[in-house]
Amino acid sequence: MSVEVRLPTVLRQHAGGQSTVRVEGATIGEVLNTLVAQFPGMAGQVLTDDGTLHRFVNVYVNDDDVRYLDQLDTKVADGDTVSILPAVAGG
Amino acid sequence: MLVRSVLDLIGNTPLVDVSELSPNREARILVKLEGQNPGGSVKDRIALSMIEQAEKDGRLEPGATLLEPSSGNTGIGMALVCRVKGYHLKVVLPSNVSPERRQLLQVWGAEIIESPGSEGSNGAVRMAERIAGEHPEWTFLYQYGNQANPRAHYEGTGPEIWRDCPEVTHFVAGLGTSGTLLGVGRYLKEQNPDLQVWAVEPPAGELVDGLRNLDDGYIPPIFSDLHGADLLDRKTIVGPKLSIEWTRRLAEVGIFAGISSGAAMAGAAKCAQAIESGVIVVVSADAGWKYLSTGAWTDDIDVVTERARSTIYF
Repeated sequence: MSVEVRLPTVLRQHAGGQSTVRVEGATIGEVLNTLVAQFPGMAGQVLTDDGTLHRFVNVYVNDDDVRYLDQLDTKVADGDTVSILPAVAGG
Repeated sequence: MLVRSVLDLIGNTPLVDVSELSPNREARILVKLEGQNPGGSVKDRIALSMIEQAEKDGRLEPGATLLEPSSGNTGIGMALVCRVKGYHLKVVLPSNVSPERRQLLQVWGAEIIESPGSEGSNGAVRMAERIAGEHPEWTFLYQYGNQANPRAHYEGTGPEIWRDCPEVTHFVAGLGTSGTLLGVGRYLKEQNPDLQVWAVEPPAGELVDGLRNLDDGYIPPIFSDLHGADLLDRKTIVGPKLSIEWTRRLAEVGIFAGISSGAAMAGAAKCAQAIESGVIVVVSADAGWKYLSTGAWTDDIDVVTERARSTIYF
């Protein structure tokens, strides 16, 4: 399974300035682990040392927040878009 | 209708059936028009609620000065309430909000302290926290951490929806401070545990390029305190282009709403497509007046979308 991962500005420096990268994986957990393995500078920024999602990171599969789907077990399909965005305030 | 004060006009907003815009004939969509509040947005409710709670708690002497970070609507609502009640207000406002938001604050005499646009609302919150520390004599009500924010919706917006539409099956609203979703969501789920709560957010993290790292991220304390993650059933992003498309569709049925209302409507339409049948209530946080300068209804959609990318509209 190959998905496109869209990176927020703050993470692009760890991926040679790229805004999107292609990553393999069948679940969000696999995708993020592969991403961090490819770009070690993201370690601790996306996933915590315990392997859970960083508190201030929101991850979306085709615009749906995975925290309200199956979290890291959320399945991805070929051609899906995964977006990583920092949690920000509104109001 | 005769009222003693403009503040008595806050709340009790109408619910309008816009099912003709629903992509599913079996899914009705009703939109709650918060732009009907006297300060022009849903935030009038929390402004009044937070200020009256502070008065009860003895935190506001006559003529007191208040400080608040806001991307616009909360500041505008507080400016209105402060003007009527005789308080002074200082609003920490990101530099990249629409000019109408800035002017409205000035209409009701608020002083604007500008925070860097590249840091978005997070930067405004940080700056306000710092200033509040330097000026303990100013009252810092802090909408993101103030229980009177969700309470305004638990006691006001939620019961109004239940009164007008007890058939509601899904509640959809934008996610900013999370106050609307927490207050209305909790109230409606207490009435009907099967009800679903959907949050819609803009891809705001894309706009905020001033973050140094992800530890600069922000989750409103009220969202954590009230276990928001357990209350929400779904959270979905709606980008600027789709938001503007739905803002225009609302205008086609006569509803002149702000861009975040378009985003919320896009979320309601997605919800309608995902369910077999139901009744979806969606919140329109404000009307379109504050966004005329963006050309949202009149200019080429791609041009407007680019403009929206660099403007805070939630």
